[in-house]
Amino acid sequence: MSAPAPQAGFKARAAAAIADPTLKIAIDRTTGTAERKRAAAVAAFSEFEAARARGKAIKDHVIAHLDHYLETFERNATAAGAKVHWAASDAEACAIVVRICREADAKLVTRSKSMLGEEIGLPHALADAGIERAETDLAEHIIQLAGERPSHIVWPAMHRTREQVAELFAEGHHPPPTAFDPATMVQSARHELRTKFLSADVGISGANFLVADTGATCTVTNEGNAELTTTPPRVHIVTAGIEKLVPSTAHAFALLRLLVRSATGGELTQYTTFHCGPKRPGDADGPEEMHIVLVDNGRSRMLKDEFREMLRCIRCGACMNHCVVYRQIGGHAYGGVYPGPMGAVLTPVLAGLERSRDLPSACTMNGRCAEVCPVQIPLPTLLRAWRGRSWRERLEPSGLRYGIGLWAAVARRPRLYRFASGAGVRLLRRLGKGGWISRLPLAGGWTGSRDFPKPAGRTFMELYRAEQSGKGGPS
Amino acid sequence: MTPTGPTVGLFVTCLVDAIRPRIGFATLRLLEEAGCRVEVPPQQTCCGQPAFNSGDDADTAALARQVIAAFEPYDYVVLPSGSCAGTIRHGYPELLANDPDWGPRARALSAKTHEILSFLVDVLGHVPQGRRLEASATYHDSCSGLRELGISAQPRRLLADVEGLEMRPLEGNDVCCGFGGTFCVKYSDISGAIVDEKAEAIERTGADLLLAGDLGCLMNMAGKLKRRGSSVRCFHTVEVVAGCADGPAIGEET
Repeated sequence: MSAPAPQAGFKARAAAAIADPTLKIAIDRTTGTAERKRAAAVAAFSEFEAARARGKAIKDHVIAHLDHYLETFERNATAAGAKVHWAASDAEACAIVVRICREADAKLVTRSKSMLGEEIGLPHALADAGIERAETDLAEHIIQLAGERPSHIVWPAMHRTREQVAELFAEGHHPPPTAFDPATMVQSARHELRTKFLSADVGISGANFLVADTGATCTVTNEGNAELTTTPPRVHIVTAGIEKLVPSTAHAFALLRLLVRSATGGELTQYTTFHCGPKRPGDADGPEEMHIVLVDNGRSRMLKDEFREMLRCIRCGACMNHCVVYRQIGGHAYGGVYPGPMGAVLTPVLAGLERSRDLPSACTMNGRCAEVCPVQIPLPTLLRAWRGRSWRERLEPSGLRYGIGLWAAVARRPRLYRFASGAGVRLLRRLGKGGWISRLPLAGGWTGSRDFPKPAGRTFMELYRAEQSGKGGPS
Repeated sequence: MTPTGPTVGLFVTCLVDAIRPRIGFATLRLLEEAGCRVEVPPQQTCCGQPAFNSGDDADTAALARQVIAAFEPYDYVVLPSGSCAGTIRHGYPELLANDPDWGPRARALSAKTHEILSFLVDVLGHVPQGRRLEASATYHDSCSGLRELGISAQPRRLLADVEGLEMRPLEGNDVCCGFGGTFCVKYSDISGAIVDEKAEAIERTGADLLLAGDLGCLMNMAGKLKRRGSSVRCFHTVEVVAGCADGPAIGEET
């Protein structure tokens, strides 16, 4: 099993998304609110820039000493009674989780939101193994009812409006909600999920942090569903990427201050829970077994290449909330598990560049994502690195390759360039009516949605030379 | 007037050269007024950004070496574009970092390369006097200039001294217009949707003029405003600051 192919028809998916006015309303509601709240939270946090620098330093330190912290984490988690598993790939990770579920004779598993679980294709693996899965995050519950994938890493169902959710609940809840105001709908979801929480054999969660010096895993939510997923079942399984390590609880909190502000604009999530081993003698509740599956899935390869800085990512979603492309096309158009700028860097790692070449290209390089990134990942630089690789591996369309090549060959010969540009602008002028050209051959992409200003009759270099030799001047 | 200031190599950029030379002459005028000795090296073509952003590093490096050789004799390199200045400032040193000969030369050129309005304010401390334009205007922060070079206060400072000019705030002034170089042609649906939203925000200001510091962004926004039937007129900020905005706006018949 590998990540689904995102390449097939990126442009078609993007065009369909743009043509959907409801989607745009949904995207603007959520990302617009997130943008405003983040700005307010950052403004109110006077040491934000220092905190960012510290967050970056913490992640860089862990990445530079990953082997040390992985060993420390394994030792301490094992000492706390958890069992640590290592998975090199997505398929291996799923096989481990399915095996643990089978050993526990699990009929029903509950799952709290985890992008890593999506990345490794866990929902499909559980379905293939015939194990019933109940998503307990409200948004994940919505998209499970809809049979969809997350469209955002923080708000998986952000592409759906409240009205659309009402339809899903009316069909998928037993009994259906009695009314469709938010409070009644949430109550209906609680009712629906409560029986799952109490009857699940296994609870599966992700981890926002893996704390090396205690062996604990940390989850943050606003709904409390992670606690109900991880505590009542007999078995708790954590799936986490190896980049989630932090040296200590204090470091987890340093990153948490950045994560929550950047994601939702809050100061702290409603629930921040450290899970350290299974139930101990005398504990009132907790799982009998705790398993932690540490997933590589391309991460150790990133350690060695130009995408190493991407391992700092703490999955806050700020880059996509502030991305002009994401805000037009939403998450599904990207085709991968992770959308937006961070997804455009990660999807080629996970699915291969050949199948995701469009993602790093479909970016204006405006730099806003890097500006808001809480751990200072230079996202445009990383996207450009993919473009470079795509060019070297000859994955770009031949028309573009020849076009750029020809243009560069001319631009490297200034005299030829001056001749060609002079001739070119005079040719272009003949296409215009009034001051504008409404249809450009070879650049229909431009004139498909906007007019092109007719160039002046002579180039700057021509006019300047004429002026210098006293023959004329600027028009 | 004999110039007493530094010698400046003016890089007009390929778009200004081909589409709107007036911006180049406005830049020239501002530099000369500020006392600079200005030269226009004939070897200039393009900074290589289309190749750079397409991942074509070999062609970009060839163009970078051409630009470095042409402009390194001057005290400063000045461009009427934050995006092209950003490429020379950040792109060249990044691309040629490991080249023992060109790496240091790229870093040296980077250190003396400036966008025109930030050059006037930050380096020369020069504010043109006696400018007058009876109009209302709104200003879009072009992304490369804003984020790569920190151009934000300088144009506003200079526009504030233009008598008669009423500046109106633009909602989402620091949000990309959707130009993105080759992006706007390669992903024209997405680019079109982004610039449509930008055009709506511009129209909501009710301003007579749209000003920005990069011709690529301006052509994108002006072209969309025209397609929407809007009457907003578009100028490069340099044209207003140089007192050259009394002529035709972008797309107006010359």
